[in-house]
Amino acid sequence: MRQFSQLLDGLVYTRSRNGKLDLIARYMREAPDPDRGWTLAALTGNLDLKTVKASAIGEMIRDRTDPVLFEMSRDYVGDLAETVALLWPRRDDIAPESDDGSLSIAAVVDRLSAVSRAAAPRELGGMMDHLDASGRFALLKLATGGLRVGISARLAKTGVAQAFGLDVDEVEQVWHALAPPYAALFDWAEGRSGRPDPAGTPFFRPFMLAHPLEADSVDLNDYAAEWKWDGIRIQIVGTGGETRLYSRGGDDITGSFPEIARAFAGQAVLDGELLVRGDVQGAEEHGGSAASFNALQQRLGRKAVTTKMMDEFPAFVRLYDLLIEGEEDLRALPWERRRARLEAFMAGLDTDRFDLSTIIEAPDFEALAAIRAGARDAAIEGVMLKRRDSPYVAGRKATLWYKWKRDPLTADCVMMYAQRGHGKRSSFYSDYTFGCWTDAPERGGELLPVGKAYSGFTDEELKWLDRFVRGNTVNRFGPVREVDKTLVLEVAFDSIHNSKRHKSGLAMRFPRIARIRRDKPAAEADLIDSLRRMIS
Amino acid sequence: MMTAGLRFDDGRSHLLDRPAEVPCGTNPARPIFCFQMPSAAHWIEPHPTGIYVRPADAWIDPSLPCERALVTHGHADHARGGHGHVWATRETLAIMALRYGTASGTAVGYGETLRMGGVEISYVPAGHVLGSAQIVLSHAGERVVVTGDYKRRPDPTCLPFQPVPCDIFVTEATFGLPVFRHPDTGSEMDRLLGALHAEPDRCVLVGAYALGKAQRVMAELRGRGHHDPIYIHGALERMCALYADFGVPLGDVRPAAGMAAKDLRGHIVMAPPSALNDRWSRRLPDPLTAMASGWMRVRQRARQRNVELPLVISDHADWDELTDTIAEVAPSETWVTHGREEALVHWCQTHQMRARALALTGREDEEEDEG
Repeated sequence: MRQFSQLLDGLVYTRSRNGKLDLIARYMREAPDPDRGWTLAALTGNLDLKTVKASAIGEMIRDRTDPVLFEMSRDYVGDLAETVALLWPRRDDIAPESDDGSLSIAAVVDRLSAVSRAAAPRELGGMMDHLDASGRFALLKLATGGLRVGISARLAKTGVAQAFGLDVDEVEQVWHALAPPYAALFDWAEGRSGRPDPAGTPFFRPFMLAHPLEADSVDLNDYAAEWKWDGIRIQIVGTGGETRLYSRGGDDITGSFPEIARAFAGQAVLDGELLVRGDVQGAEEHGGSAASFNALQQRLGRKAVTTKMMDEFPAFVRLYDLLIEGEEDLRALPWERRRARLEAFMAGLDTDRFDLSTIIEAPDFEALAAIRAGARDAAIEGVMLKRRDSPYVAGRKATLWYKWKRDPLTADCVMMYAQRGHGKRSSFYSDYTFGCWTDAPERGGELLPVGKAYSGFTDEELKWLDRFVRGNTVNRFGPVREVDKTLVLEVAFDSIHNSKRHKSGLAMRFPRIARIRRDKPAAEADLIDSLRRMIS
Repeated sequence: MMTAGLRFDDGRSHLLDRPAEVPCGTNPARPIFCFQMPSAAHWIEPHPTGIYVRPADAWIDPSLPCERALVTHGHADHARGGHGHVWATRETLAIMALRYGTASGTAVGYGETLRMGGVEISYVPAGHVLGSAQIVLSHAGERVVVTGDYKRRPDPTCLPFQPVPCDIFVTEATFGLPVFRHPDTGSEMDRLLGALHAEPDRCVLVGAYALGKAQRVMAELRGRGHHDPIYIHGALERMCALYADFGVPLGDVRPAAGMAAKDLRGHIVMAPPSALNDRWSRRLPDPLTAMASGWMRVRQRARQRNVELPLVISDHADWDELTDTIAEVAPSETWVTHGREEALVHWCQTHQMRARALALTGREDEEEDEG
């Protein structure tokens, strides 16, 4: 258990992605079987010991400590598992605060899988006595299923791949042919056996991504144009028997969108945009409208979804590409041929849940630019340009696909608060909250926050901004500094929406600092009303 | 005075409106308590600004300037500037002189006895930081111990806490919750040295309170055979020099200022906690941020400070030390000065001991860094 608890502690305290990968890789090389396999299951969200509930943990601690002291402790610490791990009373017959090494993760999994729900607290309590505080925390997190150490399934798999010099995409391909504790994976990784056969199981293929368009134009004889939608990219993987949905990072999001998975019974792999029905983005002429990203956000990150949520925010997929049809891998084919296959494939699909991304017809680039400019009113993010002969390849490859976002909106805002960043930026005030005026300040207008940005500036500008914050602090609230309201920031953003979350009633999408306007007096920054007129 | 109900083992509540008749027990597993009413409180008075010793007309650790101050130790929430005359250990007076300029003071040696207005006063080691003392007051046949801050673990930079049986025991409760159980100091030092050796291209930046914690970590490192130079932030320099003057060897300690980043690789750098994530640390070679504090036991506390290597090393008693000490000195009444006093008072009451929380002001200011 000690190796596992040290790994969890490391993942909690390490900020950098590479640091986390190193920790996972080292653990996977050093930990024994089958412990490391169970750890991998826990890290990828594939370990569910249903016998242990939070209430069982509460019961366990109430039997052992003064309930008043427990409640005071929990108020102070916050997290239940951590509170219990820290105040677990020592037993006189066992050395205090040491992990005596008697408990392997495999033993924990075996014992907790075999025990009844009623007997679980007793079993778990017996294990706790043999661990130190880190070990108890790790055990409770393992037993209740939610590690919450801030890593994705993809990162855990990348760590395993790094440990054994494998290609993470190969790990991904065989993943669903494997089951915890993944003996076949480690046998393959360490050369004791061949690659497991992924046949018949759904698995994630890395997405093809686009570069921002930097050239002034492209030749539409070589490139096709589609609308760029503001949803999330989704991959639909159907094996005929089973359908799974993956996000761009390779996380399995089937559970959040069961209605989509249910509506697809084919054997194919498709790439598309997950959207919610609505009329904020686009119109009939763009291939049908969709709700704003905010609406989709209501459905993201949920393990289970209610019928009410599905009715209120009905999801559908606008399809972009067909990667595999039946047994045939189409990824090496030119985009044009895949597109033809996709159009044919649409015939068999449920039109409530799936539609086809429209190809924009334009005789030349100037005409396309005009069409794109006209789409601002329809609140469309921009245009995708795809080389007609491009194969479907993982990641961003120069010249194949471009995203041509519409020019951002901008507003002149006043810096109000600043907060330190993370990682390399932890010594800089790099997150800025900015506001606009409710009315002209000479008429008694006030500043209300309209957004927060932490990018868009150069390193030199960051140093300057950091100095400004330190030199102009008027108030401190924990990690947040309130600054003298004198600095105007030109903020760029993709769009702006109504939002109940903010006092100003506005929420910006992708705000970033475009320019520092040292030349402009704060009183001349924009009014909230002018931002409201930009709402799409 | 306390009128809160006491809870006995049978779970019933009893109001202490008359002397409880609890026989002095002989069971060694249970602390022994004889309730004698009224308690010894009539000549010593807790006030929000400190503890007043009436017959001596003197205040203990007053938070406002006063004529006659008895000071337990040099931390700023106990030792303030501006008093008329201060009685404290030689070390504490030197620390106060360093912080506030020279004040009029009388040095009191450990074990020496003063007489002030019919009160016998002596200073006994508290084991908290260099020069820290418990103030023991005897008057009218009663003894009161004011601990200031204390700990029970070995500390190479100061004398160990000495328990003194008493009638009223005035204790801190900085870590007065059962979640605070500091691990063995040696294992924390091993983690620090392990991280240092595992990352030869980085430096380990250890945040530690400038008075006490920083020097203790240095002395512990030396005790474990680490004799490389330790580089320090300017804010630690004078206090480290003071410790050395008092014969606490800290080894090769050098200013970090002016060092090239590459020359700090593989070394330990120490700074006050406030400098950990500040501009000062930008000069360091990819520092691994550590912090030595009892607060590091709680994950969220460590994460809030962007600490990668939390070291649970405290100069305050943890929960077990607090409760064991109260049981050991067996007072008829415990006063809890600052920290998580409700929990400790609750513990005393469930163990049939009289206890009350004192609402002292200004004692929490530096806790976050000092812990």
